Amino acid sequence: MSDETQEIIGDYRYGFHDPENSTIRFDKGLSEQVVRDISELKDEPEWMTEIRVKAFRHFTERVMPEWGNCDLLNMIDFENITYFLRSSDQTEKSWDDVPDDIKNTFDRLGIPEAEQKWLGGVTAQYESEAVYHSIREDLEEQGVIFLDMDSGLKQYPELVKKYFGTVIPHSDNKFSALNTAVWSGGSFLYIPKGVSVEMPVQAYFRINAKNMGQFERTLIIADEGSTVHYVEGCTAPSYSTDSLHSAVVELIAMEGAKIRYSTVQNWSSNVYNLVTKRAVAHKNATVEWVDGNIGSKLTMKYPSVLLKGEGAHAEVISVAYAGKGQHQDTGAKVHHLASNTTSNILSKSISKDGGRSSYRGLLQVTPKSTGCRSKVVCDALILDGGSRSDTYPTMEIGNSTSDLEHEASVSKVSSDQLFYLMSRGFTEDEAMGLIVNGFFEPFTRELPMEYAVELNKLLELEMEGSIG
Amino acid sequence: MGERMVDEILRVENLHVSVEGTPILNGVNLIINRGEIHAVMGRNGAGKSTLANVVMGHPAYVITEGSIFYKGQPLEELEVFERARAGMFLSFQYPASIPGVQVGTFLKKSVASVRDEPPKGRAFRKELNAAMEQLSMDKSFLSRYVNDGFSGGEKKRLEILQMLLLQPHLALLDETDSGLDIDALRIVAQGINEVAVNSGCLIITHYQRLLDLVKPDFVHAMIDGVIVRTGGPELALRLEDKGYEWLDVAA
Ligand SMILES: Nc1ncnc2c1ncn2[C@@H]1O[C@H](COP(=O)(O)OP(=O)(O)O)[C@@H](O)[C@H]1O
Ligand SMILES: [Mg+2]
Repeated sequence: MSDETQEIIGDYRYGFHDPENSTIRFDKGLSEQVVRDISELKDEPEWMTEIRVKAFRHFTERVMPEWGNCDLLNMIDFENITYFLRSSDQTEKSWDDVPDDIKNTFDRLGIPEAEQKWLGGVTAQYESEAVYHSIREDLEEQGVIFLDMDSGLKQYPELVKKYFGTVIPHSDNKFSALNTAVWSGGSFLYIPKGVSVEMPVQAYFRINAKNMGQFERTLIIADEGSTVHYVEGCTAPSYSTDSLHSAVVELIAMEGAKIRYSTVQNWSSNVYNLVTKRAVAHKNATVEWVDGNIGSKLTMKYPSVLLKGEGAHAEVISVAYAGKGQHQDTGAKVHHLASNTTSNILSKSISKDGGRSSYRGLLQVTPKSTGCRSKVVCDALILDGGSRSDTYPTMEIGNSTSDLEHEASVSKVSSDQLFYLMSRGFTEDEAMGLIVNGFFEPFTRELPMEYAVELNKLLELEMEGSIG
Repeated sequence: MGERMVDEILRVENLHVSVEGTPILNGVNLIINRGEIHAVMGRNGAGKSTLANVVMGHPAYVITEGSIFYKGQPLEELEVFERARAGMFLSFQYPASIPGVQVGTFLKKSVASVRDEPPKGRAFRKELNAAMEQLSMDKSFLSRYVNDGFSGGEKKRLEILQMLLLQPHLALLDETDSGLDIDALRIVAQGINEVAVNSGCLIITHYQRLLDLVKPDFVHAMIDGVIVRTGGPELALRLEDKGYEWLDVAA
């Protein structure tokens, strides 16, 4: 057996871990002092410290959500989490300068290779901060700003101050409050007017330490008429104890801008993934969330779009795979706040081996927003008896000139499909893999090719040992 | 003796099959040798598809008595995919659709899993193009999803395309002619004739028109799960002309 295969933990290929080297590591647990210490360590402006402290106070007062998966949520032990861990003293511009262990990890995840082939820029975050960051020169020359969030705050404090927390206030929910209090890392991306970024830029998030809390904060501003595709991926080692990933992602698409934000979330099954993602789309702007959730123990994430300007468009395509011991509580929220705005929501989920997937959606059309159009499609595929799928759609339609469509389906793999494929030489697992990949295809085809191939392989692996 | 074993592709002995407890086949006997074309005819519900499905290994069909041998090997030892890899092929009466899976990807993977040596990219392309041309299939087929939204005729063509690529030793063709216009039928028949040279062929059909183009060596009439009469090509003509009542009486 190769080293590679020995380190595969269950079906999960990224479960390996490095030694926990750190240059700064906070004691476990959370207090106002911890929040202040993070801010001081980062040498932040006073106003940011204030925001953090305010958010922390809100977090302590705010009760846990009483929906989603309360049992799992209430099992989170906030005192048994490391809130800040620096593993490398600086963010490097060359992979050669990244500490060996960490560089090897990202090599195994294929990041430097992908960067050379098809990316316009890369941020690689390891624990609390970016260890590597680069952007293609031509993009920089066009005025594109792509930085890790800490550097963004240092170099462009006015821009950050103007937009930080404007789309997702700290008080939005308990976990946005937590993130605002202890955030570290994430991306800051600004695309100037009229600039179209052809190659996707990518952020990769890796948790390595046990009981780690990762709280990246991302802010993307696409100025008028600009275009950008941002891709994020994430993995973590498999441990028997839990880690917490709680990010906040804010997108602002100015008039006529287009942002596509693609995610392939593949945390190990001991990670809580509680993320708030929201975008504002101004006049004639387009925001697309392409959101894939394959890993984690519990994910609660509902990418949202506020359609604020007339003619704005939102597209949310999401898939969730819930395997053994997993609950994917995902969905989409679109608020039609202006007239003639349009949206499309497509959600696909697969439950297997007792896994649970829930679609939670909100579609709102305010009374004054006339002539809106929206289509929501939710398809669930349940692969065996003990698995579960639920749908919680909410629609608030404030006028009669808007046109809404909603379709939902729950299906099983038919024995005729399996027999057909097996009669063509596929084993039962391979046949399942094909059917499952086909089911997710409307999502996969939207991903960059390399991600799509990877995702298909992942799902095929998940189908191994399945019983039709 | 040794030679005979090599040439025997399929042997069905006193086969009794039930579906959900209901007996469908009630003692079928059939031997197909290499290079032979057999036609099975019978009314709807006679059990023709059941025979084809049970030979291929559909899990819903339970063999209650008798046995099936493929090239002398008892089939119960082989799983469905192993049967395919051993050279058995079923052209479905109602092929299942697999949404989201492109025909091109599907064909490539299927051929790779059935053949000992997986085809190389370019060689496979060439082979695929030739087969599609032969069947007058447009390239756009390749990017469509397997049988998803296909017309009846398109489905049948895709079945025959797969047969051409998989080069089976036993081809079971279940009503492959239904839904085909006369031009398509001619094209499909040509494909069957090609494969039939080196394999055993079982053609299930209601109509003479396919058998005009693919000459059967044997024609079997099936009634209520039993082959009641076996003859040459003339039997097919008689069945089309007279129906099955005269056999009911005889049986
Ligand atoms: N999967 C099945 N489940 C239940 N009944 C079946 C199934 N397949 C076939 N049958 C029944 O078996 C009988 C023979 O069917 P079939 O073999 O399809 O006939 P044919 O192909 O000759 O028209 C019919 O009565 C049919 O309803
Ligand atoms: Mg039939």
